[in-house]
Amino acid sequence: MAASVAEDAQGPGSGGPNHGLRIFLIWLPIAVAADLLLYFVYGPHMPPGKMSNTAASQQFDIKVMSVLAAPVMAFVLVFMAYSVIVWRHREGDEEDGPPIFGHARIQATWITVTAVIVLFLAGFGTYELAWPGFAGAGAGEGPAPIWKPDGTPLQVQVIAQQWRFTYRYPQFGGFETTALMLPVGEPIQFNVTSLDVIHSFWAYQLGVKADANPGVNNVAYTTAQQTGTVTVRCAELCGLWHGAMFNFGKVVSVAAFKAWADKTEVQLASVTKILPPYATTYDPTVVPQINKAMAKAGIGGANGYYYPPNDPVQP
Amino acid sequence: MSLPARVVTLLLAFLAVVAVALFVVIHYFLGGPPTVDYASGVTADTGATVHVVMQEDPQNTVSTHPDWVSYFIQNPRTHAWIHTTLFKVPAGSKIDMTIYGYDGCTPLRNPYFGRVTGTIGGVEYVNGKPVKVINSWSGCNVAHTFSIPGINLNIPMASPSLTANLCGTSPCTSGPHETVTFSFMSPKGPGEYFWQCRVPCGGGFLDGFGGPMQTIGFMTGNMEVVS
Amino acid sequence: MAIETQPDRAQGAGGGQPLTGSSARPWWRRPAIHTAIAGAVIGYVLGHLLGDYLTGATGAANQYPNIALSDSEDWPITLGYVFAIVGWLAGLGVFNDIFRQMIGRPNHVNGNGLPEHETSGLARYFRYSLDHKVVGIQYLVGMIIYFCTAGLFAMAIRTELLSPVNHVFTSQVYVEIVGEHGTMMMMLMSSVILGPFGNYLIPLMIGAKRVAFPRIEALSFWLTPMAFLILLSALLLGGFPFGWTGYAPLSIQSTVGADAYAMAFGLMGISMILAGFNIIVTVICYRAPGMRWSRLPMFVWAMTTTSFLMVLAAPVLVGGMYMLLMDRNAQTAFFVDRLGGSSYLYENLFWFFGHPEVYILALPGFGIVSEIIPVMCRKPLFAYKVAGAGMVGVGLLSFFVWQHHLFDSGINPDMRPLFMLTTELISIPTGFIYLVALGTFWKAKIRFTVPMLFALGMYFNFLIGGVSGVFLSDVPADTTEHGSFFVMAHFHYTIMGGLIFAFMAGLYYWLPKMMGIKLNTTLGKWQFWTMFIAFNSTFLPLFAVGMAGQPRRVFEYALNLQPLNVWVSISSFVLGFSILLFVINFVWSAVFVRERETGNPWNSRGLEWQVASPPPADNFDQIPVVLSGPYDYGVKDAQPVADLHPPAGVLSAAISQSAAIRAEA
Repeated sequence: MAASVAEDAQGPGSGGPNHGLRIFLIWLPIAVAADLLLYFVYGPHMPPGKMSNTAASQQFDIKVMSVLAAPVMAFVLVFMAYSVIVWRHREGDEEDGPPIFGHARIQATWITVTAVIVLFLAGFGTYELAWPGFAGAGAGEGPAPIWKPDGTPLQVQVIAQQWRFTYRYPQFGGFETTALMLPVGEPIQFNVTSLDVIHSFWAYQLGVKADANPGVNNVAYTTAQQTGTVTVRCAELCGLWHGAMFNFGKVVSVAAFKAWADKTEVQLASVTKILPPYATTYDPTVVPQINKAMAKAGIGGANGYYYPPNDPVQP
Repeated sequence: MSLPARVVTLLLAFLAVVAVALFVVIHYFLGGPPTVDYASGVTADTGATVHVVMQEDPQNTVSTHPDWVSYFIQNPRTHAWIHTTLFKVPAGSKIDMTIYGYDGCTPLRNPYFGRVTGTIGGVEYVNGKPVKVINSWSGCNVAHTFSIPGINLNIPMASPSLTANLCGTSPCTSGPHETVTFSFMSPKGPGEYFWQCRVPCGGGFLDGFGGPMQTIGFMTGNMEVVS
Repeated sequence: MAIETQPDRAQGAGGGQPLTGSSARPWWRRPAIHTAIAGAVIGYVLGHLLGDYLTGATGAANQYPNIALSDSEDWPITLGYVFAIVGWLAGLGVFNDIFRQMIGRPNHVNGNGLPEHETSGLARYFRYSLDHKVVGIQYLVGMIIYFCTAGLFAMAIRTELLSPVNHVFTSQVYVEIVGEHGTMMMMLMSSVILGPFGNYLIPLMIGAKRVAFPRIEALSFWLTPMAFLILLSALLLGGFPFGWTGYAPLSIQSTVGADAYAMAFGLMGISMILAGFNIIVTVICYRAPGMRWSRLPMFVWAMTTTSFLMVLAAPVLVGGMYMLLMDRNAQTAFFVDRLGGSSYLYENLFWFFGHPEVYILALPGFGIVSEIIPVMCRKPLFAYKVAGAGMVGVGLLSFFVWQHHLFDSGINPDMRPLFMLTTELISIPTGFIYLVALGTFWKAKIRFTVPMLFALGMYFNFLIGGVSGVFLSDVPADTTEHGSFFVMAHFHYTIMGGLIFAFMAGLYYWLPKMMGIKLNTTLGKWQFWTMFIAFNSTFLPLFAVGMAGQPRRVFEYALNLQPLNVWVSISSFVLGFSILLFVINFVWSAVFVRERETGNPWNSRGLEWQVASPPPADNFDQIPVVLSGPYDYGVKDAQPVADLHPPAGVLSAAISQSAAIRAEA
C-alpha cells in the first residue's frame, strides 16, 4: 500500500519530494517500535493480568488489538503531523491547492485494508470466546451457556442484592456467606442472579463480569491459575450505594479451600436451615408461611412486594 | 440596545445565574440531615466505650414524607431524638449500641441477613437474651436490620409480635417495642462507613427497596469514624 | 357567466385571503416566552390537582387501587408535567394557527406562501418564530446554556472524585449529580448541531427560501427548554439514582425524580423526531435546480443521515419511556420479571435507541469537519462519494449493533459474535471519514484558522475515541472494560472530543454567516489550545483508570488510583475554564464588540456564503440555479457554484422540464 502511495505521489504534480515515501519512512520505525514495546515490554503487565485463564485470554486479546491499533493510529497521526508541517499555507500564497477529487486505487486500498483488519479482529474475538481453553473469556453467557470448560466445575452462586454480594456453595450443603473463597486450578462456574434490580458481578483479577438480573441465572466460567486476592465490584448502577458495593475474595489452594468449605458448612448449618432451598433463581416474594400469618393477623407491614398479598388483582 | 445597557443587562443576568447555581449547590447538594456526634470528648484508639442509642419507627411524622419508616438517633448530651441517620464515633473504641425496635415485621428478602455478624461475641441481645440468628420467614420476627457492610456488621432488629397497636407518632416514646443491644469495635483510622437496612420495608416501592430505603436520613446513613 | 378558475388574489396555505402586517399589539400581550411560562405554571397546577384527586382519599382512589399503590406523589407529578407541557405550548401560541384553521379563519401568509414571520427585532427570538434562521439562533443559545449547565454538574462529579475517602457530597447527592450530567448531555446534545446549524444552514446550502415545515421546526426547538427544565426539576424532587440509562427495575423502584427523567427524555425524543422529519423533507423536496445529490455539501449529507436516525430510533425511546412511566404509575409489569415482564426488555428497547443516538451525536461532527477542511485546505474534498457512503453506511449499520452494550448481561450467547461482527464492521464506514480527511490534507495549503484548529483537534480526538471503540467491540476485552471508566473515556472522546470540538469549529466558522459578527481570533486560539490540552489530559488517563478496575458512577475507588483521579479532576477544572473562555468570547464578541463581518471571510464556495451575512429575510432574492459542486477549489476556470439571478426563462424551463419528466414517468 505504501509503495503505491509513493508512486502516485509523483503522478500529477511531478518533480518535488516524494511525500508518500517520506510519510512511510517516518511511520515505519514508529509503528515497529510501538508494536515491540506494546507486545514485549508492556504486554505481560497489561490488564487484567494473568490470575485466571479467562484473564490471561483477555490480556492476550488486548495485546493483539493494541499491536494492530498502534500502527493504524500512528499512520493517521504521522500523516496529520506531516500535513500540518509540510503542507501549511505559506504567507502570500493566494493560490488554491491541486484539484484532487479522488484516487480510485488509494480508495480501494484503504477500504480493503480496513475491512481486512476489522474482519480479522471479529474472527479473532470469536476464537477467543469459543476456544475451550478460555471457556467464554469470563463473560456472562446467560442461563444456557455454550462455551463451557471440561469436567464439573465448582458451583458458586453469586446473589446480588442491594447493596451486597453473597455467595452460596450448593456442593457444600448450600451455605451462604459474604466471603468469596475459591480454589486454584479448578474450573469454577459462577451462577449470577439478583434479588431486586440489575447489578453486575465483576471479579477483576479473574476477568469475570456477569450482570445479575432478577429472575435470571447468568453463568460465567473461569479457572484461577494463581492464588491471591480478588477484587469484586458491582459494575452496574444499582442505586444509592452502588459505589460502596464491593468486597474482596481470595483464591487459595485446593486443600485450604476444601478445609474452609467443610468448616463453614458445619459452622453455618443453623443459618442454612432458614435459607430457601438452593435454586438458580429466587422469587423472594414467595414467602408462603409469612404471607399466611400476616394475612391472618390482618397486618400490612411493608412487605416489599409489588402488590400487597391481600390485593385481589394478582396476575 | 446601547453598549452600557447591554453590559448592565448581561452583568445582572450573570449574577442571577451565579446566585441560582450557588443556591442549588448549597441547599440541595450540601444540605442534608445533621450528624449526631458521639465522638466529642472521647479519645480515639484507646478502647474507650461509647454508647449509641437509636430507634426505628413505623413512620416518622416529622418530615415531608411522614409515612416513610425511619430511624432516629439520640443526642448523647440532650437525650433528644434527632431525625437523622448520620453519626460520628471515635476510632478504635468499643461501641455499645442500643436500638429500640418500634416497627412491625416484614420478611427479609434474603434470610441470610437474619444472622448476626460482626459483634463482640457474635451475638445480639434481644431484651437481654442472646440471639445468633432470627428467622424472618417463620413468623413475625424481624422488622429491620442495622448493617454496616464495611465492618461486616449485621444486626437483625427483632419486631414486636403480631399486635396492631404500634406506636403512631414519632419519635416513639411508648408502645410495644423490642430492645436490641450489641457491641462492636470501631475500626482504627478515620473513614466513612455506610450503613443500611436490609429488610425491604419501603412500602409502595418496587421490591420494597425504594423511598426511605434509599434516602439518607430514613433507613440508610453513614457512620463516620474520626480519630 | 364564466366560472373564475383563478382567484384574483394569491391563496395562502390554509385558505383565505392573505393578510398583511402582523398585529400591532404590545409585546407583553403577544404570545412569547413569558406567556409560555405562565401557561406551564397554570398547567402544572391543574395537572397536580388532577393527580391529587386521582390518588387522594376522595374519589378515584377507591376505584383505582393500582394507582393508589404507587408512591403517592407519582400521579400528581406526572400529570402536572403533562399539563405543564401543554400549557407551555399553548402559551407560546403553537396551537393558534391550528385552531384558526379549524374554525375557518385565514392564516397569515406572505407573498411567498410562507407563514408570515417577523424579520427584525430582538423580540422574535423569544417567540414561536417560523423563520428557520431565528429558530437556528434560538437553538444555538439554548444549546450553549444546556451544555454549560450539564458541564457544571461534571465539575461537581470531578470534585467528588478527588478523594475516595473524603466525600464532598453524600452518596445520594452524588448519584443525582451523575444522573443529571449524563442525561442532560446525552438528551439535549443530540440536537446540538442539527438544531443550530442544521436548521439555520440547510435551506441556505440547498438554495431554498424556507424549510418544509416551519411550525414543526419551531416546535422541536420549544420542546427543548421544557425538557431541560423538567430534567432540572428532578433535583427538587430528590433526583434519580440510575444515571442516563434508566435501567428498570431500578428506575421503577425510584422516587418521583424518575418521573421527571422519563418525561424529560420522552419529550426530547419527540423533539428529535420532529426536527429530523423536517430536515428530511426539506432536503429531499426543496433543493434548488441543479443541486443534485452529488453536489450536496457533505454537511447536508450528514444532517440528512442524522435525521433519518432520529426519526427511526427516537420513537423506540419514547415508547420505552412511556412503558417506564406506566410501570411506575399504573403498576403495569413490562419490566418486572416476577410478574411476567423482563428487565431485558427495557435494556433492549433503550439500547435500540441508544446506539443510533450516539451516532446521532457523532455524524453531525463528521459533517462539519468534512465541510470545513476543503475550505481551509483550498482543495476539493477528497473522495466525495466515499464520504457520502461513509455517512450512509454508519447510519445504516448503527441499527444493527445495539447489543454490544449488553455483552455481559446474559443475552443469548450466540448473539454476541454476531454483534461483535457488526460493531467491527461499522468502523469501516467510520474510517472513510479519515480517508477523506487525509486525502484532503495531501498537498493542501492548510490555513490554521480557529475552525481548522478545532477540526484537526476533532480528528485527533475521534481517532482515539474510535480505536477505543474497537477495543470495546471485542467481547473478551469488553468483559473487563464494560461498565468501567474505559467506556467513559471512549464515549467522552467520541462525543466531546468529536462532536463538541466540531461544534466549536462550526461555530467559529459560521457565526459570521449567522450573526454577521466574528468571534475574537486570539481568544479563540487560546480557547482551542486550553481545551484541547485539558481535554486530553482529562480523558486519556481514564482509559488506564478503567482498565485498572474502577467502575463507572462510583464515589469510592481503590486508593492507589487516587493520584490519577486527582490529575484528571484538576485537568477537568482547566477544561471547564476553557469552556468559560468560550462563553466569554461568545458574549464579548456577540454582545459587546460586535465586530462586523459580512461577506465571505473564509472565501468559501459554499452556497450559503454567496448571500449576505446575515442572510436577507427570504434567503435568496430568487431561487438560484446551481452550476457546480461546492468543493471545486483549484479547478481551472471552475464554474461559480450557482447563478443567484438566473435569467427569467431558466428557472421556469427547469421546473417545466422536470414536470415533463415526471409526467412521462
